[in-house]
Amino acid sequence: MGLFAVCLSGCNGTQSALDVHGASAIHLKHLMLLVIWVCALVWLTVMVVLAYALLRKRRVAAEVNAGADNRATVIVSAAVGATALIIAGLTVASFYTTRLIDGDGDAAMTIAVKGEQWWWRVTYMRDGTPDFETANEIHIPVGRTVLLQLESADVVHSFWVPSLAGKQDLVPGRTNTLALRAETPGVYRGQCAEFCGIQHSHMAMSVIADDAVSFERWLADQSAESLKPAEPEATAGQAVFLGKPCAACHRVRGTPSAGTTGPDLTHVGSRDTIGAGLMERTRGSLAAWIADPQTIKPGNNMPMVPLTSDELRAVSAYMESLK
Amino acid sequence: MVLALLGWIDQPRKFRVDPAITAELDQIRLMPNGIGGAPPEIDFALGQPYENDSYNLSQGKRLYTWFGCSSCHGDGRGAAGPSFLDGWWLYGPEMVSIVASIRDGRPHGMPAFQNRMTIEQIWQLAGYVQTIGAYRAKVSAPSRNDAKHTRPSENRAPAAIIFDEGPVGVDPEQGPNP
Repeated sequence: MGLFAVCLSGCNGTQSALDVHGASAIHLKHLMLLVIWVCALVWLTVMVVLAYALLRKRRVAAEVNAGADNRATVIVSAAVGATALIIAGLTVASFYTTRLIDGDGDAAMTIAVKGEQWWWRVTYMRDGTPDFETANEIHIPVGRTVLLQLESADVVHSFWVPSLAGKQDLVPGRTNTLALRAETPGVYRGQCAEFCGIQHSHMAMSVIADDAVSFERWLADQSAESLKPAEPEATAGQAVFLGKPCAACHRVRGTPSAGTTGPDLTHVGSRDTIGAGLMERTRGSLAAWIADPQTIKPGNNMPMVPLTSDELRAVSAYMESLK
Repeated sequence: MVLALLGWIDQPRKFRVDPAITAELDQIRLMPNGIGGAPPEIDFALGQPYENDSYNLSQGKRLYTWFGCSSCHGDGRGAAGPSFLDGWWLYGPEMVSIVASIRDGRPHGMPAFQNRMTIEQIWQLAGYVQTIGAYRAKVSAPSRNDAKHTRPSENRAPAAIIFDEGPVGVDPEQGPNP
């Protein structure tokens, strides 16, 4: 019983297909439970019949008559018929669920999500054109359908936020779509569900469902240019950021930096994690990441940049100030 | 059998070399004309990993794209900057020369990468550049391209004659002209 409780404790939380908060995930959970209960019932029936067959008294051959043969034929035929019916029924239920979760006709907004080794590039679209870019954190308004356009820059990735929707692959050279709709506000963790290289396990993202007011506020904050550094240390950090190779790959809108290879850092200080869900975003973790990205996340596409300790302190202060 | 087992043993990988080694790697002794010279002792002590080790060559390949080498040197065939695989080395094919070219820059437009890359990265990149234009195929090779090859791959032999005939008899290893 204790073991059972321990196993079940994995079913709750921010990343669980059984702890559902999204329209698609609710349909999928219903389908899952239907299949599980039907199969459990069938299994129980088979076990009961098997137990009966094992335990009943063995009859001698002479007692077996034509009537018993006929009865066996009827029972077996009925079982085969029931099997066909159950499988057909489950197939229909599965098709029906697929149709339910495909609905994306009245999407409130479109977000382009590009899988890259090993992070998620998130571009919010406005009237079909890119509005602003962020990374690894997708804010959506609660109770509205949001259409995700899923693309890949390199290899096949898969977008999976179990609490909100099923998996959808990101395939290089094509655009897949996924409708997301969160019914309750909250933070839902997701991660890449298709092996995509050495850091596949560190390619997480979170979907944050906000109520209408905070979502609008977040949207306004994010589409604005970066804040001007207020403290002298952060100002020095901005100079280092622009003078060193950082700006060749990263962009901070409102400064001359225009790199597009790495994540947009315009509002990196407002994100909860860095390195695609690898570490909590603190000034310390930012500094550690910049100081030695290859030891923290081996194989990722950020090279170590030679910085003195003062430069490192300044840059991390600047990153932290980019709220 | 033993060899196969030995090959199977994974090479231990250090993502960051000790600071003492980095400091040593910086101590290259160049000839006064900036061509050729002596590599630091530590390079031999480590077994010349930056020329001979697939991991370091692969890292060099990544650095080649990350630090924009291709904007002047193209895919290795050169553009605004010189080509690496035509068999001509303006400052010689030794590692020290290449490291010095990357670290300190060279006249006519090669910028110094001293403040943009760590010395370990410079050695890795130099090893890769040397591999592109090697006269002999190396035993170890960087990882292959994900995209289509636009030029002969790095671990083919000998570089120059496949792509650019060049002057006859630059190196006896090049063999007869095709």
